Amino acid sequence: MSFFARFAQNRGALVGLIILLAIILMAILAPLIFPESPWRMVQRPFLAPMEVEGFWLGTDTMGRNVAAGIMHGAWVSLLIGLVSTTVALAIGVPLGAIAGYYGGLIDDALMRFTEFFQTIPNFALAIVLVAIMQPSITSIVLAIALVSWPPVARLVRAEFMSLRNREYVEAARLVGQTNTTIILRQILPNTLSPIIVLASLMVATAILLESALSFLGLGDPNVMSWGYMIGAARTVIRQAWWLSFFPGLAILLTVLALNLVGEGLDDALNPKLSRERS
Amino acid sequence: MTAEANTSREPVLSLRNLTIALPTGADRDHAVEEVSYDVARGEILCVVGESGSGKSMAANAVMGLLPKGVHPVGGQAIFDGQDLLTLTEKQHRKLRGLRIGMIFQEPMTALNPLMRVGAQIAEVFEAHGKLSGRERQAQALALLTEVGIPDPEKAIRAYPFQLSGGQRQRVMIAMALALEPELLIADEPTTALDVTTQAQILELIRDLQARRGMSVMFITHDFGVVAEVANRVCVMRHGRIVELGEAEEVLKHPQNDYTRALIEAIPSNVIPEARGAETDTALLEVAGLNKVFRSKGGLFKPAREVHALQDVSFSLVKGETIGIVGESGSGKSTLGRCVVRLERPDSGTLSLSGTDFMHLKGEGLRRERHRVQMIFQDPYASLNPRHRVGYAIAQGPIANGVPKAKAMTQANDLLDLVGLGGTADRFPHEFSGGQRQRIGIARALALNPELIVADEAVSALDVSIQAQILELLEDLKQKLSLSLLFITHDLRVAAQICDRIIVMQHGRIVEQGSARDVFLAPQATYTRQLLDAIPGREHELADA
Repeated sequence: MSFFARFAQNRGALVGLIILLAIILMAILAPLIFPESPWRMVQRPFLAPMEVEGFWLGTDTMGRNVAAGIMHGAWVSLLIGLVSTTVALAIGVPLGAIAGYYGGLIDDALMRFTEFFQTIPNFALAIVLVAIMQPSITSIVLAIALVSWPPVARLVRAEFMSLRNREYVEAARLVGQTNTTIILRQILPNTLSPIIVLASLMVATAILLESALSFLGLGDPNVMSWGYMIGAARTVIRQAWWLSFFPGLAILLTVLALNLVGEGLDDALNPKLSRERS
Repeated sequence: MTAEANTSREPVLSLRNLTIALPTGADRDHAVEEVSYDVARGEILCVVGESGSGKSMAANAVMGLLPKGVHPVGGQAIFDGQDLLTLTEKQHRKLRGLRIGMIFQEPMTALNPLMRVGAQIAEVFEAHGKLSGRERQAQALALLTEVGIPDPEKAIRAYPFQLSGGQRQRVMIAMALALEPELLIADEPTTALDVTTQAQILELIRDLQARRGMSVMFITHDFGVVAEVANRVCVMRHGRIVELGEAEEVLKHPQNDYTRALIEAIPSNVIPEARGAETDTALLEVAGLNKVFRSKGGLFKPAREVHALQDVSFSLVKGETIGIVGESGSGKSTLGRCVVRLERPDSGTLSLSGTDFMHLKGEGLRRERHRVQMIFQDPYASLNPRHRVGYAIAQGPIANGVPKAKAMTQANDLLDLVGLGGTADRFPHEFSGGQRQRIGIARALALNPELIVADEAVSALDVSIQAQILELLEDLKQKLSLSLLFITHDLRVAAQICDRIIVMQHGRIVEQGSARDVFLAPQATYTRQLLDAIPGREHELADA
């Protein structure tokens, strides 16, 4: 069975993929449908959804278009999710691989370093980092990456530890392959499936983290994001529910979609496990 | 066969045209097709077949333990007038243990590691609501005594990990016998055990069967075992019965070609030919080799030391094949791993045509590695699932500086040589176990090594495949004048291919000599024990 056929067997994953594609489409189309900046005040404040033609999601406390904010925000959320996950993988995979492959003192040293990051609460560390570096997209991405790599390192290390004594790795060592070749060509390809699954879930977590930072006012002041919209609307939640509801729904759907896709990938990459589960 | 006399023809279990469907996408539609056989009261029926023959499936159906997605689609399994296939899970549970007992291949995984042995046996009574607590303990003790565990009073309080493999299998048998079942199903019960232990367990099963008058359905792949225990034999292939009859009849005058091939494939004719090496230049010289494995002690456990190799010395002449034979824990694999330098010996000397091979390390060792190669035991684990087999073979030469295109051409030639020409761009999962082992051999040959170490290279294979691989090795030996260090637990295999044999026990060499001498005139008591324990030996000798 092809990879996609196995993926599509999980109905939830297919739904997740469709939602995700819709959100990506939203991010791409945003500048075409709303060419003006989402920060621009375009109408009277506190317009309820559908009250005025052309403003199907209403306007916020300053008269900005909520629909424009959500579509532009999609781009920010996806960007931050993907980039910060990539950076976290770039830190976690090599560290975990080296620790797991060499073991011994190197492993001890690297794992104590990892634990140092793990013992500090994620969110608190992210707040501190963003506050020190000044809020901007770059600092937010970095902060999120720095707090989310330890699980990657742990996972990769565990995979390497179980794979490094496989007979095919020993065979590679026997024919005289260098450690680098063994790590990159023999072991790493076999750890990809769990890494991909973890990464899809990390994108979801990163989007949540960004929203939480923006909610606290630590977002990039120049870009519209879903978290910022909810944060700005929290004082008027009783008068204008739609200001927090629609961005909230967008976050919920994106994270849900990513989780569903992650689960589908897990099934597709481990066909044996998924058959036992169903 | 002791039970021959009281064998009556009244069946305890009778399978009628049993057909079991496999899930869609499997390599065939039915696990077993139209299988019919009876297990008569008081007899041992051996169901023999190679892996994938469906020999265990029928037993699993009888026990109601079929894996998910596999279900019977036709036929009956009649036990005491009831069709077992129509029973509900609850009714099945009542029969299991009480009237049909079962023992499995791997006693360690079948026992609960966190429960004392006595409690596990008592649990069998508890599950069926029999006896009081005190009686259960007493009964457990009686059973352990019956299955011949040394010091049963101590064993009853032991955890499974404190017992040896053979003792664990005895505990499993005690549990299976606890409720005096009429039928005992034994699924490869001795496959994971050493030969000497296997001989004891077979003896025990035969003895208990005779004493209690039970029926035994004994599933095995080994015709040697069949010769030891069976009253009747049922040979299966591809889910169908190819031959069914009295053990003596089938063993001596097999009617079916496949049965004949299986019996002939048993490395028999135990007497190896006298062979001499062509040269007398020593290739590998090992002297006074020691290796100790230390596990670090913790707060509550003492540090443990295992002397895997103690003062091991031998030398291997160019073009010679030496067999290293021993049971598990004898240090034979450690020796092999030290020779290829996957392990580093603690002390002694290890030299390869004059080069000190023991003190090399790092980059220096990497550069010399091509001189000694290894064929691994498990054909499924020894090939990287993500690499095409051509690359798997070529990676050695590539790592040693051969240009990629040239290495790939060589890999193709090597695949030709091992009989798998034109398959270089396939992935390992497209090959069978025997074919994978051929690929492993090609990989070992790719670097033109001076010495090849084969660590249990045929142990994981079916007998007929085993014979083919041994033939291939023999053939390659002639063609390429290979020097081979052949590590095995199976004396029959060693007899086929080795010029000289080294017998190891507890990390020491107890005997070494030419294969012929070791077999015909064993000096050490341990060697004699090993030879006597080979299943089916008497049968073969009687035959000769």
